[in-house]
Amino acid sequence: MTAWGVVQFPGSCDERDALHACSLAGEARLIWHEDRDLGGIDAVVIPGGFSYGDYLRAGAIARFSPAMEAVAAFAAKGGPVLGICNGFQVLCESGLLPGALLLNESLRFTCRQIELVAGGADGPFTREIAAGERLSIPVKHGEGRFWAPEELLDRLEAQGQVAFRYAEGQNPNGSARDIAGVTNEAGNVLGLMPHPEHAVDPLTGSTDGLRLFAALAGAPA
Amino acid sequence: MRARVLIRPKEGILDPQGKAVERALPALGFEGVGNVHIGRLVELDAESAERLPELCEKLLANPLIEDFEIEVLEPPAR
Repeated sequence: MTAWGVVQFPGSCDERDALHACSLAGEARLIWHEDRDLGGIDAVVIPGGFSYGDYLRAGAIARFSPAMEAVAAFAAKGGPVLGICNGFQVLCESGLLPGALLLNESLRFTCRQIELVAGGADGPFTREIAAGERLSIPVKHGEGRFWAPEELLDRLEAQGQVAFRYAEGQNPNGSARDIAGVTNEAGNVLGLMPHPEHAVDPLTGSTDGLRLFAALAGAPA
Repeated sequence: MRARVLIRPKEGILDPQGKAVERALPALGFEGVGNVHIGRLVELDAESAERLPELCEKLLANPLIEDFEIEVLEPPAR
């Protein structure tokens, strides 16, 4: 059974939903931000929220936490790491993922269900999701505009690191090339702005998000 | 010593805060103002200026998206 750890910072707010999603695909527990020891887990989720209040820049302070040092070491050894929303921002600030997330072009906090198109990235969370498949997953953020220099964007596309794009016409934040989620070069670290952990129960309209968690557990969603 | 760090969005990166201010100005009667960009100003006391660039690169600014300038203010502020 897959053992999941969900990192909780002061200011995290989606750790309970992440914990629930992980528990549908294994067993899950919280990792406090001061913990240096991840304790023999198989995968880590950096959940959404406003870590350390998101003062300065979203994710900028969380990267210095003891738990993030442990996550960086875990990622360097090939451990699967999933960053969602604020977790994506933290991973970009940590240098574990390329690019940066800026204020939405609209300057508005956006919260709605959205269609994603899979890019066919070959990583532990997405290997069961073929390029071109569509997933219905909610977004809720004010700083989700993915940005990277043009040459880096070219490289991400060429190397198959674009895991998800917003479906045509649905880009909620002005992200470059409609990018919603990217992986690192090795593919074991994935970050995305939409919230797969909020799409794991028919009650909330879609179970497409569960596929990311189930893929790692090797279980059908 | 007291230092002042100016952080601004890199050229070419859309700055929606600047744009929003720019669009609001004519409505308030300020014509002929454009190219507005909004950054951040950080003032701090430090024992030495030696490690300030590193501090800026690691925390105060994100070098991928922001440029920064360090200005050492003399004499030291009290």
